[in-house]
Amino acid sequence: MNETERLDAIIAVHRRREAPLMPILNDVQAEFGCVSEETRRHIAQALNLTRAEVHGMVSFYHDYHETKAELPILKLCRAEACQSRGSEALAARAEAMANGRAEIKAVYCLGLCSVGPNAMIGESVHARLDEPALEALIREL
Amino acid sequence: MRIAISDDALAIACGADALAEAFAKAAPDAEIVRTSSWGMQWLEPLVDIDGMGFGPATPGDVAAILDGSSDKAIGKIEDHPFIAKQQRLTFARAGKTQPLSLEDYSETGGWAGLKKAHEIGPEATIEMVTESGLRGRGGAGFPAGIKWKTVAGAVADQKYIVCNADEGDSGTFADRMLMEGDPYCLIEGMAIAGHAVGATRGYVYLRSEYPHAIRKMEAAIKASAHLVSPFELEVRVGAGAYVCGEETSLLNSLEGKRGEVRAKPPLPALEGLFGKPTVVNNVLTLAAVPYVLSEGAKAYADYGMGRSRGTMPVQLAGNIKHGGLFEIAFGITLGELVEEIGGGTDSGRPVKAVQVGGPLGAYFPPSMFHLPFDYEAFTEADGLIGHGGIVLFDDTADMLNQAHFAMEFCAIESCGKCTPCRIGAVRGQETLERIRAGGRGAGAFEALPQMHNAKSSDRSLEDEVVLLTDLCETMKFGSLCALGGFTPYPVMSALTHWPEDFGIKETEPAE
Repeated sequence: MNETERLDAIIAVHRRREAPLMPILNDVQAEFGCVSEETRRHIAQALNLTRAEVHGMVSFYHDYHETKAELPILKLCRAEACQSRGSEALAARAEAMANGRAEIKAVYCLGLCSVGPNAMIGESVHARLDEPALEALIREL
Repeated sequence: MRIAISDDALAIACGADALAEAFAKAAPDAEIVRTSSWGMQWLEPLVDIDGMGFGPATPGDVAAILDGSSDKAIGKIEDHPFIAKQQRLTFARAGKTQPLSLEDYSETGGWAGLKKAHEIGPEATIEMVTESGLRGRGGAGFPAGIKWKTVAGAVADQKYIVCNADEGDSGTFADRMLMEGDPYCLIEGMAIAGHAVGATRGYVYLRSEYPHAIRKMEAAIKASAHLVSPFELEVRVGAGAYVCGEETSLLNSLEGKRGEVRAKPPLPALEGLFGKPTVVNNVLTLAAVPYVLSEGAKAYADYGMGRSRGTMPVQLAGNIKHGGLFEIAFGITLGELVEEIGGGTDSGRPVKAVQVGGPLGAYFPPSMFHLPFDYEAFTEADGLIGHGGIVLFDDTADMLNQAHFAMEFCAIESCGKCTPCRIGAVRGQETLERIRAGGRGAGAFEALPQMHNAKSSDRSLEDEVVLLTDLCETMKFGSLCALGGFTPYPVMSALTHWPEDFGIKETEPAE
């Protein structure tokens, strides 16, 4: 299947649902790693929406990206509960640990607030991180 | 031998999967089940062998646990003080049942509430919820029965039940634990609500940061569809916007729009999802309903104090020794929760501050630990219970930093619709940075000759504090929703209780 066919398949799964745009964008982001300009046009056309409406969604929500990330992503929780357990010191070191091999992003709360600092890679969650544990995670990316 | 290990996301993040595998290998004859979590999170992964607990366990502990020589033994789990002191109504099944087992659910009293609702009819159901005194557990504390009554009274061809499962507050995880540990309880609560108000469709709006909860809810909805029919349920996944936890923003997001806040009125109860009458309730509110129906309004209302009836699943988090889920009747003091139950800080240093109610909640010093956990008491103390999360900080915390983070977070997550929030949060960060620098000296950007309209005089620390206080006032009263409106709580509480962290000398007034 080429890219347009895969996109059409995603749209076909959701288009009969109430308000299908967000489920479609979630799946597109997961499938392609971004919601490109071309994709946005295609979705707008298929759902009879304006391009602005689709673009507005992509620019509003933190999970949607206009371009695909080049490096694997590690999301480090930077919210208060993790801060109280030392996430800021860890975050300050994280960039250096990643050393261009991974992108460190901030996430605000993974709901594991008594065992932080926490991180998320894809859909897997990791708790009780210290420097060696974070370094090991980054190495495995 | 029955070996139970939780498959809650927190247990998994702490290594529960590898532990379960190790047990399967070491004890091939044992029955290994994955249950919900007991909520004693410092002990996760916790192994439950025929009621006896061991934790926090690693695969290296397996042999010792099996031959009875492990030093990780905590005795009978149900007798552990952390569990024995609780009053678990909503979380009655926590640690005991397999989350997706319909058999476990009905054997532990499941569906009795829905059955009762069908017997007594919609009006009496709403009456019971009203009498129970159940208030919205998302933070606002609005009486659930009154909201339901409004929706029931509205005339429309379609009504909706929307469950707000966008649990974005730091220090809260009760929604996640309930959806991962007892998803049918939430489904039953939503079905009861649907029956009561005449809604045939329901949505669970779940945040994307909770992939385990998403999978469990989707599986549970599929497995129980025949039991709640004609009520239909669907999970909708968010996309990382904190503000979508606000109900009107959540409705916009569900409609496939930017998660911008709507002005109220119209109330969502009358014009909610797709303009139809909609009940928007938090996970914990809806999950409390099956108990109210099956055990009676009075049984629920007998717990609690004042106008805060029933129990609150309190979440103990942050730098805390014994963190986890502690469900208890309203009225317990903050100090009991932090010191006695939570055991103080994990680092062993003195407690400096506790933040109650997430990123929009106030910071309290130990001198206010006498406060009872009660909606009104917290409002009176310039704070809020919010979703019931308590985050501890030890004495290394810098409260100016925390105030700055509150503004920074508001700026990152603001939906941009109203000015006090969108611009105020940015100005707040700048003001706090100037306070850190001790005021605005000569050479500041505003003093450049090109800046014709800006006042070029120096501003002292005191002037900046006045400015910050004024800004907080504007945000509090001028913002459309709680994001901009409550961000002043952490900022002003930090300033009021720890003026020394802002460089203010003791002789000067705090504000």
